[in-house]
Amino acid sequence: MISIETISKLLVRKSVILLIHISIYLVPLATTASVYHVCETCQIKSLGEAVVTANRHDTIKVRSGRYECTNLEITKPLSLIGETGAILDGKNLGYVLKLLGDHITVRGFKIINAGKSYTKDYAAIYAFKASQFKILDNEMVNPFFGILIEKSDNGLVQGNFLSGESSKEDDSGNGIHLWHCKNVDIVDNEIHGLRDGIYLEFVDSSKVRDNYAHHNIRYGLHFMFSNQDTYLNNTFESNGAGVAVMFSKFITMKKNRFLQNWGTSSYGLLLKEIYDADVTENEFKENTIGIFIEGSTRVNYFHNDFSQNGWAVKVSGGCYTNKFFKNNFLSNAFDVSYNSRMNDNSFHGNYWSEYTGYDLDDDEIGDIPYRPVKLFSYIVNKTPETIILLRSLFVDIINFSERVSPVFTPDDLVDEQPSLKPFQW
Amino acid sequence: MISKVLKYSFSDLIRSRWSYVYLVFYLVLGFTLLFLNTNLSKAIITLMNIVVILTPLIGTIFGVMYYYNSREFTELLLAQPIKRSSIFLGQYLGISLSLTISLVAGLGIPFLIYGLFQSSVILDFIMLLLSGAFLTFIFVALSVNIALLNTNKIKGFGYAILMWLFFAVIYDGIFLISLVLFDDYPLDQFTLVASLFNPIDLSRIMILLKLDISALLGYTGALFQKFFGTYLGSFISFGTLLLWVIIPVSLMTRFSNKKDF
Repeated sequence: MISIETISKLLVRKSVILLIHISIYLVPLATTASVYHVCETCQIKSLGEAVVTANRHDTIKVRSGRYECTNLEITKPLSLIGETGAILDGKNLGYVLKLLGDHITVRGFKIINAGKSYTKDYAAIYAFKASQFKILDNEMVNPFFGILIEKSDNGLVQGNFLSGESSKEDDSGNGIHLWHCKNVDIVDNEIHGLRDGIYLEFVDSSKVRDNYAHHNIRYGLHFMFSNQDTYLNNTFESNGAGVAVMFSKFITMKKNRFLQNWGTSSYGLLLKEIYDADVTENEFKENTIGIFIEGSTRVNYFHNDFSQNGWAVKVSGGCYTNKFFKNNFLSNAFDVSYNSRMNDNSFHGNYWSEYTGYDLDDDEIGDIPYRPVKLFSYIVNKTPETIILLRSLFVDIINFSERVSPVFTPDDLVDEQPSLKPFQW
Repeated sequence: MISKVLKYSFSDLIRSRWSYVYLVFYLVLGFTLLFLNTNLSKAIITLMNIVVILTPLIGTIFGVMYYYNSREFTELLLAQPIKRSSIFLGQYLGISLSLTISLVAGLGIPFLIYGLFQSSVILDFIMLLLSGAFLTFIFVALSVNIALLNTNKIKGFGYAILMWLFFAVIYDGIFLISLVLFDDYPLDQFTLVASLFNPIDLSRIMILLKLDISALLGYTGALFQKFFGTYLGSFISFGTLLLWVIIPVSLMTRFSNKKDF
């Protein structure tokens, strides 16, 4: 028999153990909530000091004011929060913030005077081998590189505003630049006046969503060797050469807008060496070239709008089994341009605003096939100067005769079932 | 005296059935285009093709036709103490002005009703009408010249139509073939110069650069943009169009002074 005493003793011992356990787990939790304030009249007067003093998982709040901050290395998990009017001044000396640990959050700062260099990639915010980082709602004025992230993973870059005044490619940096990263989300940022708006190299399984890159001197978005990424709902407008996508596999591009990328070698979207991608529901409007495709294979183009481009789709060599279906081609000077008679791509059931056929059986599919490649586009490919005869009567006549009996253009490049009505989605 | 002849031939033409037909044609065209597609800038691109081809054709036919039809009246005028140049210049201006008014009114009214003044394309539209007017003046002058040189009506008509065909189609054909043939040489200068020698091409390019710029900005297109897009370029192109009016008109006065009626 166990006596009541022993039971009560046992209970007491258990509750003591429980209390000890609670204190072990809860007390550190309570200390993580500590918040340090930085301001000119506070105990801590600089962000650097606060970072040294703070323990892991602390929060540092920076009040309004201008703080000098150069090459500040953050190696422990911290949240840095800039309250309204908090400005970090890099004094043109180098990096401003360096995130070199995990679980670091940087939010709400205005960062000015980050250094420029011809040998080092100085950035307003630099992250290296960081995991679970968050860079939110910051503003960067005229940085060299804006946000430079290397060998990091599982991060979020959201709501940042980057503006630059770059005019030359060789002495400017990129807005958001990722190198060797994984699982990073780049969301809702605005970038203008830098070299490349967003640049990704060796970045896998990441999402680029709701960004607005405009008036950058080179590309709005530029990515290479980056697989399994998703690009959703971004707008790229009036960038020097548009958007370039190269050497990547399994890419999804959806609901992006490519607008007014005008110039001699400019395009809405350049696809070079892309395999197994989906390009869906994008809008290409008023670009010199809507999509320029080179060496890309198994890419599906579905529900895209091409309107008022010089060339909607320009296909160069080495493109196999690409599919164009249910796209709208509206008032482009040239819908599709090929530089050879070889064709292994299919155009099926698209809407072509220049289609003039009829539909006797009333199924909203034209009864006569449409040939999207004009003889004139072939001639312009061979002799670019002939572009001056665009929309002249003679050109209309030769286009018509070529359409009746194709001699120079790929004769199997036909949309057998052109839609009579533009698609809505 | 020139104004009197001008007044007479102008009122004669403006009352004639053909001016009305011409006016009504443009009215119908303008309204249909805008009814089918309320986007003014797209309507202007469609109109460009029509204006650039049709106004020269109408100008050519009217010029020849009016000259041959009013031949007896012209001979009557020649018997009066009036300078020959006044007679022919007056008639020429009468035809050109009445055609231009039909064009401007016929296209202007529908576009005004569909809200031209609220739209940003008003300058492009004015550009279109201006090139239409220039083309009318140029082609009437050229066709009157042809008529002056040919007493035979059939021949005159034939040459006039051939002249239109040459500028509208054949010139571009030769232009295109020579560009393709001399592919290996630098062609941009040649292209610029060659486009100045055809008023139809010149007006087409000027309107295109205002409206349908996207394709012209590729590769070599940028060069043309650089030339035609600047003030100097517009100045040169309008100057060239003006020369295209002045030279045939001065030829016309010369031929008419020398001609034995």
